[in-house]
Amino acid sequence: MADTALCEQMLSIPDRAIAVRKGGARDTRFKLMTLGASLIVLGIFGGVMASLIVGSLPAIRQFGLPFVYTEAWNPVTEKFGALAPIYGTLVTSFVALLVAVPVGIGIAIFLTEICPRSLRRPVGIAIELLAGIPSIIYGMWGLFVFAPWFQEHVQTWIVDRVVGIPYLEDYLAGPPYGIGMFTAALILSIMILPFISAVTRDVFETVPAMLKEAAYGVGCTTWEVMWRVVLPFVRSGVVGGAMLALGRALGETMAVTFVIGNSHHIQKSLFAPATTISATIANEFTEAVGDLYLSSLIELGLILFVITFLVLAAAQLMLRALERRAGSGS
Amino acid sequence: MNRALYIRRKLWNGLLLTLAVLAAIFGLVWLAFILGELFYNGFSSLTPAVFTQMTPAPGDKGGLANAILGSILMSSIAVAFGTPLGLLAGTYLAEYGRYGRLAFFVRFVNDILLSAPSIVTGLFVYELVVVNDPGSLSHIACTAAFGAHCPLGHFSAFAGALSLMVIVIPVVVRTTENMLLLVPNGLREAAAALGAPRSNIIRAVTWRAARAGIVTGVLLAVARISGETAPLIFTAFGNQFWSTDITQPMASLPKVIFDYAMGPYEDLHRLAWAGALLITATVLTLSIIARLLQPKRS
Repeated sequence: MADTALCEQMLSIPDRAIAVRKGGARDTRFKLMTLGASLIVLGIFGGVMASLIVGSLPAIRQFGLPFVYTEAWNPVTEKFGALAPIYGTLVTSFVALLVAVPVGIGIAIFLTEICPRSLRRPVGIAIELLAGIPSIIYGMWGLFVFAPWFQEHVQTWIVDRVVGIPYLEDYLAGPPYGIGMFTAALILSIMILPFISAVTRDVFETVPAMLKEAAYGVGCTTWEVMWRVVLPFVRSGVVGGAMLALGRALGETMAVTFVIGNSHHIQKSLFAPATTISATIANEFTEAVGDLYLSSLIELGLILFVITFLVLAAAQLMLRALERRAGSGS
Repeated sequence: MNRALYIRRKLWNGLLLTLAVLAAIFGLVWLAFILGELFYNGFSSLTPAVFTQMTPAPGDKGGLANAILGSILMSSIAVAFGTPLGLLAGTYLAEYGRYGRLAFFVRFVNDILLSAPSIVTGLFVYELVVVNDPGSLSHIACTAAFGAHCPLGHFSAFAGALSLMVIVIPVVVRTTENMLLLVPNGLREAAAALGAPRSNIIRAVTWRAARAGIVTGVLLAVARISGETAPLIFTAFGNQFWSTDITQPMASLPKVIFDYAMGPYEDLHRLAWAGALLITATVLTLSIIARLLQPKRS
């Protein structure tokens, strides 16, 4: 339909000059429309930033910089500090990455080098599909299935055994609630696992076959090819993928809120209940009365946005560099 | 000496490759475990009442009908308005901007928005729509235009749809740009050689060539927002009753799951499982359709 209209226009109008002018005007209009849509994307970003800053102004005025490093969180006396949520966010995400990155790379190696060809596609597709499952499903599963099991079978066992061992006792002891920082980190890691393996597999596939064949040709084992040739070649891609995953983990709300326990006390033990920025906002938003309380929650959002912005920006720069190199055909 | 070295390298190789296999098994087992539990609990809780009755108060019996409606309604609005915007912006990046500074900047910001925490973009809509001060200019203008139906200043499905739209746009922009860049330049040049204006080339040639890919992007965006919970908590809020009024608070599946799962009531837990199954089934179906439509990469 559009193309027949185009033909009629091209053929039946005798005066070409008019047609060209018309086309030109329509061109400009269309270009401006696409430009406007791009500016809206920029506007959304600017709007997010601006609204968070405006919303957190009362809290910024009241607490100033100490907001970032005070632990107090008392809605009754209206004393708020963001240290516990920031700490929880960073620790859960870090532990999640610590688990998910090696396992994710392992899965990518399995998919590109070890897996029989007939299984490669189904397993790859399964992993990509799992990357799309909403985080609330992981959170629910964590709360109803994983936490009770973990509490009964793993946590009590560990807690019983670490008593009296220096250091370990501090970091692992405590009443076995099932929910807490470690459970949240583990569920986060399961959630970002498909994501990391999918990205890593994709960047592994950008390695020219020639390089790998040359390494095999001089007698390298599969592991040596992976470790000395493939991984160095795609390092920035893997790091970029891990940072993207970190960006997700930092801002993840639902998978964490269910199982973190929402406690604003920083405790040494990994098994203790804690909170993250997103969990605090999700848990307390509906009950936040008073401008200062609300504003403190929004300032938490602002802090989260700044942290994820930095991580995601770094991730992008790394992935872009890799793309450019792959594009230039090196 | 060489023999010892060979054996050591071989053993090392075997050990680490075994670890890779174990990693794959580890990952797949967890995921199978989660899906198994979800399907088991979900199907055993799925009754006709889930589709026909309203969300119950604690202690009552009920279903998820209003939440299902709310999710469908808000997602549809978000996609209906987010898709054209995303399509146009993606077109700008691929066809006009390309290597320009503005395009670089938009691409960068879009990729940040693509993975930015949804709870934060939800806060943005909350600030923009929900807490809109009655004295503000936008509020006065809105009340003048819509009277009592003005959606500013309180929780509403409108705000919920807007917060979902903020998630849809970056996804559509990214896939549109990627898919348009896959269209060979020869096609554009051929159309240009026939004398077609650029806007016609884009609409009649490149969009058409990239159509399957663009539809894929939209489907992925729908999949992404159908499980989105965090921004709805403080935009659409929730509603116990059947409501189609987008200026009022509205129930949604993820929010209902969140509330019910966090509560102590066994009956409500069952409903939450049923809702979780519905969401997951929707997401998986959409992703599979998207995968079937996806053009092969060269």
